[in-house]
Amino acid sequence: MPDIPSVVTHRSSSAMPSVVLRARLRVEKLTSHSFGPISFSLDEGECMCLSGPSGSGKTLLLRALADLDPHGGEVSLDEVECRNMRGHVWRRYVGMLPAESQWWWPTVGEHFNEIDAEKLEWLGFERTVMGWPVTRLSSGERQRLALLRLLAHQPRVLLLDEASANLDDSNVRRVETLIADYRARHGACVVWVSHDMQQIARIGGRHCMLADGRLESA
Amino acid sequence: MNVIVLSPWALALAAVLVLALALLSLRLRLTLTQEIIIAALRTTVQLLLVGLVLKTLFTHVHLGWVVLIACVMLLIAGREVVARQRHGYAGVWGFGMSILSMFVASFSVTVLALVVFIGPTPWYTPQYSIPLLGMMLGNTMSGVALAIDRLTQTAWHQRAQIEARLLLGQDWSESVSGLRRDAVRVGLIPTINAMAAAGVVSLPGMMTGQILAGTPPLEAVKYQILIMFLVTASTGFGTLAAVWLGARRLFDERERLRIDRLRAE
Repeated sequence: MPDIPSVVTHRSSSAMPSVVLRARLRVEKLTSHSFGPISFSLDEGECMCLSGPSGSGKTLLLRALADLDPHGGEVSLDEVECRNMRGHVWRRYVGMLPAESQWWWPTVGEHFNEIDAEKLEWLGFERTVMGWPVTRLSSGERQRLALLRLLAHQPRVLLLDEASANLDDSNVRRVETLIADYRARHGACVVWVSHDMQQIARIGGRHCMLADGRLESA
Repeated sequence: MNVIVLSPWALALAAVLVLALALLSLRLRLTLTQEIIIAALRTTVQLLLVGLVLKTLFTHVHLGWVVLIACVMLLIAGREVVARQRHGYAGVWGFGMSILSMFVASFSVTVLALVVFIGPTPWYTPQYSIPLLGMMLGNTMSGVALAIDRLTQTAWHQRAQIEARLLLGQDWSESVSGLRRDAVRVGLIPTINAMAAAGVVSLPGMMTGQILAGTPPLEAVKYQILIMFLVTASTGFGTLAAVWLGARRLFDERERLRIDRLRAE
């Protein structure tokens, strides 16, 4: 990652738009007790696949990016630093899908603020699923619905922690297409943690490995 | 006032009843014997001491003494709240937050009652202020302890859910809205039940005491109703304050859930 010219500060870059400086997600010297310093940046619509041995801190890296864990270094979204936004506003823009989805109301529909019928159908659901009790959902259904729930908030950055780990092949492909489409339409950038090398090849974009707390191009 | 003075013999005879219970539990191997005897001794010693303190206080009416006693009561109440937590707050936070919420609620309600409703001269007359504050603090303490215990235990067990809500962009207050509601309910239910059952199921202790001391029943009832309302207000406001403070403390300035601020066990 090239160093940013020190004359141009981040905030002034929005007043003086520059092709070189503008990045959707910029990560500089991100550190926590288990990784770092890590620096990278992603442009609009760009995707970075992240792999690495289990326990290497991939989930922790995503949590730090979502500002859910205390961390060092700087993360900025469209050149606005994380610390200049309130926590929940940041997380509304930088949305993370945890590996295991959580549901806290009795029925599915109560978790959704709006329903995109097209996306719902694409992932194999009918509208009636919104009336289902959460307990009726299989783990794969939970995972797909959790993705839809996240996308409904229209985040600008998607942090996916093994978003398709519990799915069968055809659903894996559908999730990949859905996210590719979302990236293209909203210019969202994606950090996608995956162990599946074929999936990483299909998604395209960058591929990095997290090992020994460092990020390396694979 | 036509109080029948209790003779030491009467108390000793009542103590024999407790002793009999302790012996019975020893025979039944309930492993309660020691607890019963220690608790009985504590009640005797503590109440005798309080009696002495009150006797001195009533003869030396001074705001400074009343404030001193009130502060000691508050500190002990704070200690009790902390002792009843399973996953309480680490460090002095649990103590500080419960003290603050109990202070705000109990002291303001007591002062209001003394100055506006009862009106003794001077307003801090210990015969009124100390028992009144005691009833406020005792009930508020229970409410705060129950509510904080519920709040921290649920947060501990539901941290994955709370974090999932945060990840969807909910703010700290929304992500624990259900927990807060539950905690306030749990803290207030005993007080609400006491109001609903008063007189039908149980005769409240203060009213019973006044009647035993010779107060006409209707006068005692009026006092009891006042006390019930004050206790409810104090418990309610204290519990609300403690739950708000406690919920806020679960999150840091970046609205991250900081479960590490709770004790592990």
